[in-house]
Amino acid sequence: MYDHALSRPTVWQRARGLLSRFFGGRAAVFLVALGSLPGFVFAEETRPLRWAADAEGGAPYIFQDPADPHRVIGFEVDLAEALSKRLGRPIEWVQYDFMSLVAGLQRGDFDFAMNGLEVTPDRAKVVRFSRPYYVYTLQLVVRKDETRFQNLEELLALGGTVGTLEETAAQRLLEEMGFSPKLYGNQTEPYLDLELGRIDAVLMDLPIAVYFAKPNPKLKFLGEPLGEGYYAIAFRKEDEALAAQVDRALDSLIADGTLRTIYEKWGLWNDTQEKLARAELTDVLAEARRRWTFTTYFPLLLKGAWVTTYLSIASMAVAIILGLPIALARLFGPWPLRWAAVGYVEFFRGIPVLLLLFFLYYGLPTVADVYGLPFSLRLSPMAAAILGFGLNYAAYEAEIYRAGIRAIPAGQWEAAASLGMGRILTFRRIILPQAIRTILPPMTNDFIALFKDTSIVSIVAVVELTKQYQILAKSSLKYLEIGFVTAMLYLILAVPLGALSRHLEKRWGKGQ
Amino acid sequence: MNREEFQVQVEGLWKRFGHRVVLRNVTFRVARGETVAIIGPSGAGKSTLLRCLNGLCPFDAGIVRVGPHVLRPGKRPAPFATLRLVRQRLGMIFQDFQLFPHLTALENIIEAPIHVNRISRKEAEKRALALLTRVGMGDRGDAYPRELSGGQKQRVAIARALAMEPFGLLCDEITSALDPELKAEVLAVLEDLRREGMTLILVTHELAFAQRVADRVIVLADGEIIEDGPPHQVFAAPEHPRTSRFLEQVAL
Repeated sequence: MYDHALSRPTVWQRARGLLSRFFGGRAAVFLVALGSLPGFVFAEETRPLRWAADAEGGAPYIFQDPADPHRVIGFEVDLAEALSKRLGRPIEWVQYDFMSLVAGLQRGDFDFAMNGLEVTPDRAKVVRFSRPYYVYTLQLVVRKDETRFQNLEELLALGGTVGTLEETAAQRLLEEMGFSPKLYGNQTEPYLDLELGRIDAVLMDLPIAVYFAKPNPKLKFLGEPLGEGYYAIAFRKEDEALAAQVDRALDSLIADGTLRTIYEKWGLWNDTQEKLARAELTDVLAEARRRWTFTTYFPLLLKGAWVTTYLSIASMAVAIILGLPIALARLFGPWPLRWAAVGYVEFFRGIPVLLLLFFLYYGLPTVADVYGLPFSLRLSPMAAAILGFGLNYAAYEAEIYRAGIRAIPAGQWEAAASLGMGRILTFRRIILPQAIRTILPPMTNDFIALFKDTSIVSIVAVVELTKQYQILAKSSLKYLEIGFVTAMLYLILAVPLGALSRHLEKRWGKGQ
Repeated sequence: MNREEFQVQVEGLWKRFGHRVVLRNVTFRVARGETVAIIGPSGAGKSTLLRCLNGLCPFDAGIVRVGPHVLRPGKRPAPFATLRLVRQRLGMIFQDFQLFPHLTALENIIEAPIHVNRISRKEAEKRALALLTRVGMGDRGDAYPRELSGGQKQRVAIARALAMEPFGLLCDEITSALDPELKAEVLAVLEDLRREGMTLILVTHELAFAQRVADRVIVLADGEIIEDGPPHQVFAAPEHPRTSRFLEQVAL
């Protein structure tokens, strides 16, 4: 049944699905009347249901059959087949990128997504989940010879690195514990990196661990599975009738043991699955709201605010210190220095900070490896972030210095020179103190901008205020409430900066 | 350099800005204690000439001697150490004052003595107060430049120049930016200085003042000296027709 090629649906298939959905029977009748397109007629009840899942590295959920690459197999394929029989309706699989499943569902590219989708509050808000079909747990996997730690807490204390899948419950669990997990887009690479010693452990859903790690002689399971959650099928909210039908079908599959047979076939059955019969999803949202109160999320936000503050101040210090010599080189240096300064400013002003951060964090270490340098260029996430913003903002600060210094009339230089003062003395005593008045306001502006710009550092795994907000809002669904508190924290930090700037302007600007 | 050897001597000075010749073979000498007024139509190169004398402006040919020190053609008229000695003894005052706006009157005056002459702050302040009193500003030491009138600013600028204990002063149209009643107070200070033996080289439009106070008047036109003599001779019986034309125009 699922033996068509492993590829995205053809335009033809898509068009057919869309037409019949939008126009229902009438369109079908109309098309039949045309009489030239056989195979187009589907009554609503018998039209194949379109099921989306990602078969790319998707074992044991759904993946290419090693024996016959034109087929896909997996426990979810078996489950789909069982559902199809129960519903009396064909189910047609479409390949879809895992990360885009929810978006694709809402766009109407398919009827439902069944792909190890964890029931999380943020998803539950936008899709209609079926009753759960699997109780997943998370399994910690380490190298066979691992002796340094016995559990995640000890690994955290060691400062070790854990790999996991992006956008999964495991990621959120690790981040809530205080890890900055290394995130992967598929299920094979984390175990590969673990084998190679690039990371210290992998935490992923048990089915993945069972399939990819258990057979690997170099790896072992460490400790009992932790963190429990449900896989459920995602429907559009408005397809309630279909979802209810599928719920009933799942009920009967659980009740008559069909589901258990499937899981046993794939080695996925365990005692935890007994809970399936009683599993209820209805209170996922309420539960999330109850668990996250002000007293639980505020300390986490404060921690994020501290990271933001520290990062901003350190980066700005780098920028201010580095910017001055660049401005001076450009204003007064001999031509090679002058051009080097112009080059610096244009380069760092011209490239996105995001790119710079990626390069510093992921690119630099490979430079050291490729050229066999005797030292490591493996910057910590924080160091990479401070350096990245420092280098970037130094270009802006250099220009601010330059404008401020040039705004001082040449007569001031001449007056000082005519008193026998040298260039350096003049700059230090006469020019810079006056220029600071011009320099300070745009510099404060930059600082406040930097303050907010730092929110992109989450890409190098630094959890600052905005990232912390995202994590908390997703798991609590209190987007508005926590968003408001986060905004307040930003304001509490940024507004005094403006006041400080005005104060300094007054102090240093006296006499003007 | 000591007071006795101080004099300013200019020989065959040429200065170009691009292709435009600003100073053309200018030669003159200012003896110690002399007051020399340089007059002439605007654009004649008067200010440029003044700025060549203390090395603020490089020149293309000729030579400038200030006491025993020599400024030569080229990008740097002299090593900085020489320039510093020249500038200490040959102060300069500007049309637009150029006080340091972030410093009080007193701080303006003590800045160079402390950081260039390296005298103590206490000593510098004592001398600065005396100088302020001398220019009639003894009670305004704490004022910032923006709080002073033009005439007061210029008197502070004179005190600032005097704080380096110069033998001579270059005055670049120092009353041009002032209202008539304020001009008088600045010119009075200059007259005092002259009486005390200060060498003064003034670029000025105050012909009456020049006539009354100057020992010599130099007329500069198109970068050339066309007249150099005592005021009564230059004003009453100019040798060059351009001088007469200039004097007539100004008199209008």
